[in-house]
Amino acid sequence: MSSQTYKPGSYPNLPPPPGTVGVYGWIKNNLFSSISNSLLTIISAILLYYLIDGIIGWFFLDAVFDADSKIECRKIDSGACWAVITRRVGQFVYGFYPEVERWRIDVSFLTMFVAFAPLLYPDIPKRKWLLWFSAIYPVFAFILINGGFFGLAKIEYSLFGGFMLTVILGVSGIVCSLPLGIVLALGRQSKLTVVRTLSVCFIEFMRGVPLITLLFVASSMLNYFMPPGTNFSILVRVIIMFTFFSAAYIAEVIRGGIQAIPKGQYEAADALGMTYWQKTRFITLPQALKISIPGIMNTFIGLYKDTTLVVVIGLLDPLGIGRAALADTKWNGLSTETYLFVALFFFVSCFAMSRYSLWLESKLNTDHK
Amino acid sequence: MNFLNTIWRNEKSREIIVQIFVLFCIGWILSWLIANVDANFKALGKDISFEFLFIPAGYDINQYLIDYNNRDSHLRAGIVGLLNTGLVAFFGIILATVLGVFLGIIRLSKNWLASKLAYWYIEFSRNVPILLHILLWHGIIINTLPHPKKALNLGDLTFLSNRGFYIPKPLTENGIELVYLFLVIAIIFAVLFFKYARRKQDLTGVQYPVFWINLSVIILLPTIAFFISGMPISLEIPALRGFNFRGGMHMSPELAALTFALGIYTAAFIAEIVRAGIMAVDKGQREAAESIGLKPSKVMNLVILPQARRVIIPPLTSQYLNLTKNSSLAIAIGYMDLVATLGGISLNQTGREMETMVIVMLIYLSVSLSISAFMNWYNNKAKLVGR
Repeated sequence: MSSQTYKPGSYPNLPPPPGTVGVYGWIKNNLFSSISNSLLTIISAILLYYLIDGIIGWFFLDAVFDADSKIECRKIDSGACWAVITRRVGQFVYGFYPEVERWRIDVSFLTMFVAFAPLLYPDIPKRKWLLWFSAIYPVFAFILINGGFFGLAKIEYSLFGGFMLTVILGVSGIVCSLPLGIVLALGRQSKLTVVRTLSVCFIEFMRGVPLITLLFVASSMLNYFMPPGTNFSILVRVIIMFTFFSAAYIAEVIRGGIQAIPKGQYEAADALGMTYWQKTRFITLPQALKISIPGIMNTFIGLYKDTTLVVVIGLLDPLGIGRAALADTKWNGLSTETYLFVALFFFVSCFAMSRYSLWLESKLNTDHK
Repeated sequence: MNFLNTIWRNEKSREIIVQIFVLFCIGWILSWLIANVDANFKALGKDISFEFLFIPAGYDINQYLIDYNNRDSHLRAGIVGLLNTGLVAFFGIILATVLGVFLGIIRLSKNWLASKLAYWYIEFSRNVPILLHILLWHGIIINTLPHPKKALNLGDLTFLSNRGFYIPKPLTENGIELVYLFLVIAIIFAVLFFKYARRKQDLTGVQYPVFWINLSVIILLPTIAFFISGMPISLEIPALRGFNFRGGMHMSPELAALTFALGIYTAAFIAEIVRAGIMAVDKGQREAAESIGLKPSKVMNLVILPQARRVIIPPLTSQYLNLTKNSSLAIAIGYMDLVATLGGISLNQTGREMETMVIVMLIYLSVSLSISAFMNWYNNKAKLVGR
């Protein structure tokens, strides 16, 4: 028996076996690794082909982008009739907000990003200065949109509508419900029986009933609970209901986060002699909020989507505008086009929010992995 | 001063003071609200009474599971609505579960293309509001399906048209009792055999193909009974008479749209839950199961799924609950569920907002509280026993 020896470098390095790397290797591993897998790939590919073929044809190639009525659309081509949207795009965006005043919406919408930037991106330069702007932004936006000060014409709430209404409802609901949710979550974990019971009742009630019944209450009953003669805007009433509703869900998410904090953290805080509020401020909340970011973002996205429900109580959000357009005999029956257009708007904004949540999660993740 | 200071510094007494203060504030707010309601009702000359429940409703409901006509009371109309809510929730939950589990598994598959397709389906479906799903499906059924005269014909049995779907209706004749009896016997056998097989496996390690044996027994026994008793089931096939179909079972466009929308929307969430549940099982579990030589199907059924189930069931139940609550959006397309009957037309006709909304909310509340009670029970039962 002779022994073999190998000296490094005495043989050339061989390339990896063919078919395990590169494009070919990737296709083999991910699409055709076994018979059943290949079958699945073929079925998916056929499905995808028909989907793309149908979508491109109906959406773009055969679609009509400008016409006076549905009948005219159908005369021109067989695909989607986007004219119902293009003819009313102003209404879809601004509702019935007076046309000459629409710059006020544009300005407040654009400055909203400036106001949110320091809150959403902690690393932004000049963050301190921008935070001041964030603090005054609600007042600024209210004055700009609502008017009535500094020579700006007062605009009635009933004229609000379209995507602008969705954003107003969604953003104010989100901004108001987070603090309330935190308070409720702390209340539910409190040692004080009275506080705990009250929080549990509120949370369980709000989570137990459908949002639409709460909106009915807002539209038809809330005035009964106010002193006779008070009459405050339906928009405010709806925002209050949205806030209560999503605060209850946020409270449950944050409670999960609080419960996930190891007991040693509290014991250490107690040992250092911290008061309840110090413990909450420096130990509980920073950790609990970090854990619950995905859940909180999901609740926000849910709230944003739920703003469409206001159409049931007669507010003119994009769905309301769409239904009004469909009620017009000229556009009767174009529901697919109208609703798909609104759906696309919601998809883009909600998808962006969920991507941001993923980014934030990975940024705040301090685990040693 | 010193005395007050002592009370405030003492934890016990401070807690009591704070609680009394909170109670006082809440009581004050509540009494203020009630006083307002009282004043408003006096000004309008209204009172609170539930007698309206027993007067004739006077409106028609196009779909009912129990007998109903417009001379029946508001209470009965409400019950019809509640049953309709249950009906759509039932169909929706079945569709959502089947589709959701399927998508969740596809999403985890090693096949890149199929996984990506499922991913984009899930993202599109869950990032669009449920109300839009409902309106979109309703619009598609109403506007794009043909009139009954040109209905899509599936094998001369099922017809799809813009007035809804028509499917054959099974009619039972004399002798059906035997089939039912055999079905019950088959189910009892299946349960007993399942228990026996499990005991046997625990004691000796011998495994029977329980699923296949039970399935064939449950199918075979009633089929045999069906032929012995002279085929007592016939199908009533819908047929076009005049402008619409007669006979068979009818699924209204509203019910169909709601079922599709709720099922497709919730399926996206269920798919993510299933995926997360399976991924939550430690990688070592699968590796260990594979290394002791279990077949892939056994790895899944005996090792992965029992552990994933613990993670999946609680959020799954809350999705079912969400689906049921979301079915209240039926009012947007005119499906007569609980909110549309009692909280909609009855409310408008009697003008009793307070009473109808309280009843509707209490019903939803009791359903969701009992489901969360079940969930707590399940969580406690399924919890890993640790020290």
